[in-house]
Amino acid sequence: MLLSRVADALYWISRYLERAEHTARLVDVARDLGLDRAAAVRSRAIERLYSSLGLPSAATDGEQSLVRLALFDTSHRNSVAACVMSARENARQVREEISSDMWEQLNDLFLRVYKLQDAAAVGRTHYVSRVIVEGVHLFAGVTDATMGHGEGWQYLQAGCFLERAASTATLLDAFLIDAGDASRAALDQADWVALLRSCSALEGYCRRYTADVRPERVTEFLLLDDECPRSIRFAATRLEAALRAMARYSGRPGASRPERLSGRLRASLDYGQVDEILSDDPHAYLTGVSRQCAQIHSSVYQSYISYSIETALSA
Amino acid sequence: MSSPTRPVAVPDSLSVAQPAAGLFGQYDLDRTHDEMFDAPGHARSHYHALLDELATVTLDDLRRRQVEADRAFLTQGITFTVYGDAQGTERIFPFDLLPRIITAREWDTLERGLAQRLIAINLFLKDIYNDARILAEGVVPRELVYSCRHYRREMRGVRVHRDVYVSVAGTDLVRLEDGRFVVLEDNLRVPSGVSYMLANRAVTKRVFPDLFNKYNVRPTAHYGQALLATLRTLAPPDRPDPTIVVLTPGVGNSAYFEHAFLAREMGISLVEGRDLLVHDTIVYMRTTSGLRRVDVVYRRVDDDFLDPLAFRSDSHLGVAGLLNAYRAGNVSVVNAIGTGVADDKAVYAYLPAIIRFYLSEEPILPNVETYLCGNPSDRQYVLEHLDSLVVKAVGESGGYGMLVGPHSTAAQRDEFRTLIQAEPRNFIAQPTLALSRAACFVGSGVEPRHVDLRPYVLYGDKVTIVPGGLTRVALRKGSLVVNSSQGGGSKDTWVLLE
Repeated sequence: MLLSRVADALYWISRYLERAEHTARLVDVARDLGLDRAAAVRSRAIERLYSSLGLPSAATDGEQSLVRLALFDTSHRNSVAACVMSARENARQVREEISSDMWEQLNDLFLRVYKLQDAAAVGRTHYVSRVIVEGVHLFAGVTDATMGHGEGWQYLQAGCFLERAASTATLLDAFLIDAGDASRAALDQADWVALLRSCSALEGYCRRYTADVRPERVTEFLLLDDECPRSIRFAATRLEAALRAMARYSGRPGASRPERLSGRLRASLDYGQVDEILSDDPHAYLTGVSRQCAQIHSSVYQSYISYSIETALSA
Repeated sequence: MSSPTRPVAVPDSLSVAQPAAGLFGQYDLDRTHDEMFDAPGHARSHYHALLDELATVTLDDLRRRQVEADRAFLTQGITFTVYGDAQGTERIFPFDLLPRIITAREWDTLERGLAQRLIAINLFLKDIYNDARILAEGVVPRELVYSCRHYRREMRGVRVHRDVYVSVAGTDLVRLEDGRFVVLEDNLRVPSGVSYMLANRAVTKRVFPDLFNKYNVRPTAHYGQALLATLRTLAPPDRPDPTIVVLTPGVGNSAYFEHAFLAREMGISLVEGRDLLVHDTIVYMRTTSGLRRVDVVYRRVDDDFLDPLAFRSDSHLGVAGLLNAYRAGNVSVVNAIGTGVADDKAVYAYLPAIIRFYLSEEPILPNVETYLCGNPSDRQYVLEHLDSLVVKAVGESGGYGMLVGPHSTAAQRDEFRTLIQAEPRNFIAQPTLALSRAACFVGSGVEPRHVDLRPYVLYGDKVTIVPGGLTRVALRKGSLVVNSSQGGGSKDTWVLLE
């Protein structure tokens, strides 16, 4: 048995951290690959990044403002600094439910993010991103090693993998939309490499398909691969496992709505064919994934966190 | 209530032979009771083993142990949140290395006295919220009770399970020049600090492990179990396997660490107001497994904030409908609502009379003599002697709203003179007490500092007192104020088995 408030906080700790990591890596890759490319290609990549991060794309005066906005602007709630701050705030509310090591790691990351602004100001974007990504990885490792893998842990898992499935879907979609835009030049190899690197998936891709980077294979890898830890299918599989465990802990296993929704998503990815998806309507497919993630999120809330008192009393 | 004043302690250093030369170089004895020495160079027998231990250590040793102790508090997270600090910095409650030792005989008196007092307090609360016999007989003035800010009309005629209103009390004791313990005040609402009592012991064990072999120190670690057992006896009678929770105002509260600590020690849920809801006068908590009925709320939220429907409507810390569920007998709230009337500092003055009235016994632990400013002759005396008295606002705690006469400025005295004349009922005065002093490690050596003692008294089907308490220390040299908000610290308190 877990207090709903505590479950809610745990779920958001890992969601926010996953979001922070994703953003930091994206900014790093965009910076790095943008350096030796033509200005037009570069600004197009930045634009794509803005749209995949859900950032307001008004002030697109180059990478410096991207770095500031995506990493440090706390008025924008998806910025890394805002995410880390929110994760810490959630952790602070449930400090007794997580291990002291987890708290210390997260608090340390929080304190470091503030100091990183100076490094970012002098152009050390790569270093800044590394610190953030490593900080989140350390937190995940500390969590695995020091917190009981009980009900609360499952909420941490669910938050992380739900966020990952949704953000990979959004990112992939941004690339596919851009690639399908007939009015513009086709994306080149370097763009697809950037996408893979944004998901820490370049090495895995090369092992699977060699370094011959093709859009349909990249799509297949990020969407349907069952081993790549940042693929949508992988995330959906983990998400489903966490939701099953949550239902078991709640004493109402079987056909709960979060389980059914996540099982359906996972099954469609298990048996999906990339050629069909691409020839059909990949944009619709990926927005469908995002929509299903949103449904799963609200079903978790309805089942475990903000359920109506009337349904709970009649149960 | 007036009587001749007790002489005010004037620091009047006597020469003292130095038992462990060096460390004790600055140790002076004055008229106050010294916990360690009964005469210059002559230690009380129960401190001999501690002094022997100190004779074998150097100043650097002690400093190293102090660092070790401070680090232990920090890493265990036994900290205060510093309000308004964006960086989330936290500070520890200053800890003094040297234990304060209480003999078995002294403890026996304290234990009997505290139990007697708490039983009488509960009879008093039951009486004033029901028949009000003590008021009818004029033992306690009616207007004193009914004008008390903490008196809750809502509690009139409410049936409280076992008639136990106060089940967790923290009573502040001080020792006078003649070595007698007297009660300075009762804390009967949401007394705090017990986590420090437990943490101090854990840390002292770590820094002075060998010393425990030389003493028979009674353990305190079972406080959590004792509290849980007490809370269980208070559950509504038809709930044999009660669900018990600790209700905290939340992470922003400075005692949040203690709330979380106690919940963990007892193995029960730590809830906030928003985790609870009331339906059909039943209290539930919202869990991932659905709503779960709650039977006992050990609340660390003040009356005012407990139920926005009954008390302050702007409170987000409480639970709407809790009072109704409580009145229906479907949930126990511990301590009960409205207990603050018994720790009002003006009602305190009547405690000896209250004990005599209900128990027909003489109080085992005396009160400090107290002048009620609401009483004209007392008030005149107080106004004439502001420079020697301690004046306290009756509804305040934590060392706020207080004037320490001998340490005050003329401007402060004028301010209090105006305050007292405007609202006499709101103030009491007591002689400036010569609190006893205990040996403390102050960095450059061992020096005496003023201390008090707060034991924690539990009352369910019987009175239980875990042998020990929180010894608070006024760490600033010469200071008499031990509150943590005013530069106080604390030290471990040992009650000996024999």
